[in-house]
Amino acid sequence: WPSLLFDLYPPPPQAKRMRALVAVKRVVDYAVKIRVKGDKSGVETAGVKMSMNPFCEIAVEEAVRLKEKKVVEEIVAVSIGPKQSADTLRTALAMGADRAVHINHDGILQPLAVAKLLKAVVDKESPDVVFVGKQAIDDDANQTGQMLAGLLGWPQGTFCSKLEIADKKATVEREVDGGIETVSMGLPAVITADLRLNDPRYATLPNIMKAKK
Amino acid sequence: MLREMCRSFADTELAPNAGKWDQEHTFPAEAVKAMGPMGLMGVSQPTEYGGSGMDVMSYAIAIEEISRGCAGTGVIMSANNSLYCDPLRMFGTPEQNEEWLTPFASGEKLGCFALSEPSTGSDAGAQTTVATVDGDHYVLNGTKNWITNGPQADGAVVFAMTDKTKKNKGISAFLVAKGTPGFSTGKPEDKLGIRASGTCSLIFENCRIPKSSLLGKEGEGFKIAMKTLDGGRIGIGAQALGIAQASLDAAAGYAHERKAFGAPIAKLQAIQFKLADMATKIEASRLLVWRAAQLKDAGEPYSKEAAMAKLHASEAATFCAHQAIQIFGGYGYVTDYPVERYYRDARITEIYEGTSEVQRLVIAGAILGEYK
Repeated sequence: WPSLLFDLYPPPPQAKRMRALVAVKRVVDYAVKIRVKGDKSGVETAGVKMSMNPFCEIAVEEAVRLKEKKVVEEIVAVSIGPKQSADTLRTALAMGADRAVHINHDGILQPLAVAKLLKAVVDKESPDVVFVGKQAIDDDANQTGQMLAGLLGWPQGTFCSKLEIADKKATVEREVDGGIETVSMGLPAVITADLRLNDPRYATLPNIMKAKK
Repeated sequence: MLREMCRSFADTELAPNAGKWDQEHTFPAEAVKAMGPMGLMGVSQPTEYGGSGMDVMSYAIAIEEISRGCAGTGVIMSANNSLYCDPLRMFGTPEQNEEWLTPFASGEKLGCFALSEPSTGSDAGAQTTVATVDGDHYVLNGTKNWITNGPQADGAVVFAMTDKTKKNKGISAFLVAKGTPGFSTGKPEDKLGIRASGTCSLIFENCRIPKSSLLGKEGEGFKIAMKTLDGGRIGIGAQALGIAQASLDAAAGYAHERKAFGAPIAKLQAIQFKLADMATKIEASRLLVWRAAQLKDAGEPYSKEAAMAKLHASEAATFCAHQAIQIFGGYGYVTDYPVERYYRDARITEIYEGTSEVQRLVIAGAILGEYK
């Protein structure tokens, strides 16, 4: 009896809340004086301070602000790197991300490889928006976001300095050589964060505690 | 992560402004306001009362990093955490904690601790401020001196004599809110250092407070004060550590750049020895502070270790700041560089929250007790 009623009067469909995927990279801290290794094989990273790429911080911050505005319901952070990348992910959690995915890899990574790995994560997580920093300060490649969008066949809003998301659409102001360009795209989309998009917050102590767990 | 966050905050928000706050004698209101939501004003306070629920070790690390940026901001934070919030956490009833701890641990309000008087410092038992019973109120009369956060505080833990005949055991602790009739503040002191931190007298003239403002039991005041100061010593030890570290950072950086006799002065053994001595004293102080924090976290007795930490770190801070000025030479004597501020900031750490002499008494008392 009661179950028949349930089928006759199904609950109203809930507005689907969005999921954001934010990719973050562990890089040499911006304040470190870079030195080349003695054998010239690369840059000295042993014992050097590492941090989250500044543009990735801006990307995380934008996702967190969307969550505070209730546009995004869940933020998943992802990082590809050695075991210490877990610390970078913890910082993302402490800033407000809900879950973190760590793809363990030692050694150099090229943007195309990263983009392919991120596509696999996107296929699994089905985010509505992917945030990445516009470029990493170690290689300054400025390729991963664009390549990911290409592999996914998604629209891309790169060098984003202002973002509005409403009605499954993203309006992106982009800082380009000629000035500011405004583009509009449907979701899902890839957004790459530029410097003036926002000022990242400091992690709060309670969030740091939660992130440690 | 905690150290990173505090260091980043100190480097970006505190260090660039510390010189200006020092010279203009301004309270860093915006920075302190930002520190509340970050959880820095109640690091070890329970989360159910607005705090961050972290351990004492985390607190010590946080204070050191903040003080490295601005020692004034460090003591504002330390006084709120250790001197105001801790006694409430340890001795407050749940109702008192709801009203007097939660808004202060969350940084919404600022607290202070009022024990010292114009003629009572190290001899803390000789309280002249009195609290007399009048119906269901206490009436406070007296003056408190050198109160950190005094000019800005929304609430104060105030110590007063309730029974002169019982001497130390006749002192009680009270909670007094800003704006209570009969409670006023004196003019802010013009100090040598930590000038970003406001310090003033608290004046009580027939100040009536409800009986519910009594913290702990009547006669427990001295015990509350001493227990609170034990923890406060870890905070001040960490603050002194921050000043010492800032001095070393500045001096070592300068030594690489300044040239004399054809090479950077870092090549001169006289400078190298100074830096080595500074660094060693800092490491030793840090380990003492961490040891005291570790013992407190484990729930073990830590008075002796806390006194050692505060004593050693404060003397290390004065030493390091002094040597830093020496390494900077003439440039260390002008306000263009921060080392003269470190020198002035360091000096108070040997005096407040128990002078170095009192610390030695505490340590000696503990040692002699062990050998009885």
